Amino acid sequence: MIESQREAYRAEAYDLLAELETSLLALEEDPGDMELIGRVFRALHTIKGSGAMFGFDDIAAFTHDVETVFDLVRNEKQGVTKTLVDLTLRAGDWIRGMLDESDGGAMDSRGSEITSALRELIPKPDSPARQVAQTPLPAIDDEQVEKTYRIFLRPDREIFSRGANPVLLLYELRELGECSVIAHTEAIPAVEDIDPEQCHISWDVILTTRRGIDAIKDIFIFIEDECELTIEVIAEPGPEDDDAPPRRIGEILIERGLVSQEDLRVALGAQRRVGELLVDKGLVEPSRVESALAEQEHIRAVRSRHQKEEQTSSVRVPAERLDALVNLVGEMVTVQARLSQTVASMDHAGLLSISEEVERLTAELRENTMSIRMLPIGTTFSKFKRLVRDLSGELGKDILLVTDGGETELDKTVIERLNDPLVHLIRNCIDHGIEPPGVREAAGKPGQGTVQLAAMHSGAYVLIRVTDDGAGLDADAIRSKALEKGLIAAETELSEKELFSLIFAPGFSTARQVTSVSGRGVGMDVVKRSIDTLRGSIDVSSQKGMGTTITLKLPLTLAIIDGLLVEVGDGRYVLPLSIVEECVELTREDLAGAHGRHITYVRGEIVPYILLRESFAITGNAPEVQQIVITESPGGKVGFVVDKVVGEHQTVIKNMGRAYRNVDVISGATILGDGTVALIMDVPKLVQGVEVLESLAN
Amino acid sequence: MSKIIMAVDDSASMRQMVSFTLKQAGYQVVEAADGRDALSKLDGSGVHMMLTDLNMPNMDGIELIRQTRANPSCKFIPIVMLTTESQAERKQEGKAAGATGWIVKPFKPEQLLAVVRKVLG
Repeated sequence: MIESQREAYRAEAYDLLAELETSLLALEEDPGDMELIGRVFRALHTIKGSGAMFGFDDIAAFTHDVETVFDLVRNEKQGVTKTLVDLTLRAGDWIRGMLDESDGGAMDSRGSEITSALRELIPKPDSPARQVAQTPLPAIDDEQVEKTYRIFLRPDREIFSRGANPVLLLYELRELGECSVIAHTEAIPAVEDIDPEQCHISWDVILTTRRGIDAIKDIFIFIEDECELTIEVIAEPGPEDDDAPPRRIGEILIERGLVSQEDLRVALGAQRRVGELLVDKGLVEPSRVESALAEQEHIRAVRSRHQKEEQTSSVRVPAERLDALVNLVGEMVTVQARLSQTVASMDHAGLLSISEEVERLTAELRENTMSIRMLPIGTTFSKFKRLVRDLSGELGKDILLVTDGGETELDKTVIERLNDPLVHLIRNCIDHGIEPPGVREAAGKPGQGTVQLAAMHSGAYVLIRVTDDGAGLDADAIRSKALEKGLIAAETELSEKELFSLIFAPGFSTARQVTSVSGRGVGMDVVKRSIDTLRGSIDVSSQKGMGTTITLKLPLTLAIIDGLLVEVGDGRYVLPLSIVEECVELTREDLAGAHGRHITYVRGEIVPYILLRESFAITGNAPEVQQIVITESPGGKVGFVVDKVVGEHQTVIKNMGRAYRNVDVISGATILGDGTVALIMDVPKLVQGVEVLESLAN
Repeated sequence: MSKIIMAVDDSASMRQMVSFTLKQAGYQVVEAADGRDALSKLDGSGVHMMLTDLNMPNMDGIELIRQTRANPSCKFIPIVMLTTESQAERKQEGKAAGATGWIVKPFKPEQLLAVVRKVLG
C-alpha cells in the first residue's frame, strides 16, 4: 500500500475519532437523537471500512464490534446506555492508540476487555454479519475438469434500468471457454409496440470450460435475482461420453422440457427432420430448435477436438530413460548372442527353436528401440530458416534457404550434437559464401542467393549437404593464408581438395574483415571436431564463382549396428554390414597370379583389396582359401581379405578406452556371444591409411 | 476517449484509493463526498458509471442511486455500491433503488477494476 494513502487514512481517522467523541458526549445528553446515532455509526463505519483497505486490519477488526453494537442502536434494537457510551469512548481512545503506533499496534488485554464488554451488549454474540466478514474469498482459478454446460438466461425486462448489460455477461462467458450463443428473439414485439428500454431477448449458451459452475454463477452474481437463469452440465469428459453417439435433436429438446416425448413420437411418424417437423407443428419455436442444433454442433466440435488431442497424443519421456533402455537392449543383444552360440553347440532341437525365437525378438526389440531414438532432421532444419532470415537481413544480403530431405531420420543424440556445427556452416555460407546482391548481379547471378540444406540416406550413414551458390572457395587465397599462418611450407604441393580441407585447420580464416556473424576463424575447426566425435566425416568441394558444397557424413546411430563378423588369425573383427557388397573367395593361386598387386577381378570389374593380415601384422599362415569382403565406399569398391567370414552380427558398439584413442582404424569394440571382444573396423580410415602408405612407398 | 467514473464516498482516503486505482487503469474520475455533492456534480458531467458508498452524511447511497436513476441521462449507467459487509438487506435496498452491482469492502485494487470492467465492458 502506498504510504501517502496510509497517511491520508490516519489523518482522516483522527478527525473521525474527534467527531466520534463529540457525538458520543452529545448523545449522552440526548440518548434518543437518531441524527447523532447516525453520525457515530458512520464514523465507526468509515474507520473500519477504510482501515481494512489500507492495511490497518487490527483497527478494522476491533472497530467491527463497536460498529455492530451501533448498528443495533441505529435500528432501535438496542438503547443508548451510559455503559455503551463509556465503552465506546474507551474504544475510541484505544483506536487512537493503535493509530499512534506506526503499524497499528497489537491488541493487548485492554483492547480485548473492551471487545468482550461490547460483545455482551450484542444479543447474539456471533452475529451473522461477522461470519460473512470472515468468509475468505473463494479461489477463482480453480482448475477443474472440462465440462460442457447449457446456460439459459432470460433477464427481466427491466434489467436495463439497473444499468446492467447482458451482452457484457455473454462476453464474460466467452472468456471462460469455447462458447456457442443462441439468441431467442421471438419475444421481441413488433416495431410499433416495442419499448426499447426493455429487454426482450433470452439466450441459450453452450459453454465448455474447465472453470467450475461457480465461475459461471459468479458472472451472473449482480443479476441473479433479476433474471431466469439455469445452468446444467450436459457433457462431462470421459471415454464413455466421447464415444457415446451424439444426442439427437429430439432428445435435447425433451431434456430441456420444450417438447414432450409424445409430441416427439407423433412428429417422428413422418420422415422429415425432427426439428423442422416440431416447428411446423407449432410445438416449439424455430430458435429453440436452432439452439438445440447448436448444442449438438458444439458437443461434436468439443469431441472432435478431444479425439484430435488423442490422435496426436504422445508420451514425453526423459532422454536418460531412453538411453537406459538402449543400454539394456545392448546387453540383451549380447546375451542373446551367447545363448545362440551355446545352443548351437548343444544339438538340442527344442532349445534351438527357443533360441531362434529369442534371436528374432531381440532383433525386433533392437530395431524398435533404435527407432524410438530416431527423429526427423527437419526439426533442426526449420530452426535455420529463422537464422538465415535474421543474418541475411543483418548483412544486407538477400538469401533463400532451401531444405530437402527433412524427413530423413537420425539418432536423437546425433541430431542434437549436429545443431552447432550446422549453425557454423550456415553462418559461413551467409557471411563468406554468398556475395552482396550488387556483386552477384555484376557476376551475372540472380541477386538472391540460395543456401541449400539437404539430408539423405547413404547406407548406414546420413549425408547432410550445405550448398551455397556464392563466390566459392579461393584456392590461391587459402594457400597464401595457410603460408602466412605457417600451416604449410612454401614448397608444399597440394591438390585443390587438400587446400580446401585446410579451412578446417585450427586458427584459419580468410575473411578480410572479422564480422559479428563469423570470421574469427574458430568456426570450422570446431565443426570438424564435433563431426569427428560423432564418428562422421566432412568433405568440401567448391568451384570458384559457382559456390561451395560441404558434405557431412554421419552414422545413423551411435549405439547398435548390423555388422559382418570376420576372423583374421585369432582375432575377430566387425565390418559395418551396410557397406558390405559381397564376399568372394581368394585362393593362393589367385594371389600368386596377381604378381604382388592387390587387385582382383569381380565380374570384369577391377577391385583393389587390402590384406588385413598385413595391415594388422598378424603372423602365421593364411588358410588355403581366404575371403574378400567387398565394400562400397565413396572412392570406389575396396576389398578386405580375411581368413573367414563368420556371419551377420548385431553389434553393440562400445567405446574403446582412452589408451586406444589414437588407433584410428578401429572405431570401437563389441562383445561376442562367447564373451570375447571383436574390434569394429573403420573402413574409410583403413583405406586412407593404406593409400598413404602406398603413396609413401612410391 | 476514456470513460468517466464518479466515485462517491465520505471517506477521503477511500476516494483517494478508488480514484488512484481507476486513474491508473486509464479512467477519468469525478469525486464526490456524499450523495448531495454527487447529484450536484452529475449534470453535464457525462459520467459513464458511478461507484458509491452507502453510509454517507447529507444524502446516503440508496437515495443517491434512486435520484440518479431518475435523471434521464443516467437511467442506464452502471451504478456499483461499496458495502462494508455483505449485508443482504442493504444490498437489496440498493438493488431495489436501481444499483447494478456491489463490491464488498475491504477490496483490493484489482477486485475494484474487475467489477468496473464487468459492468462497464
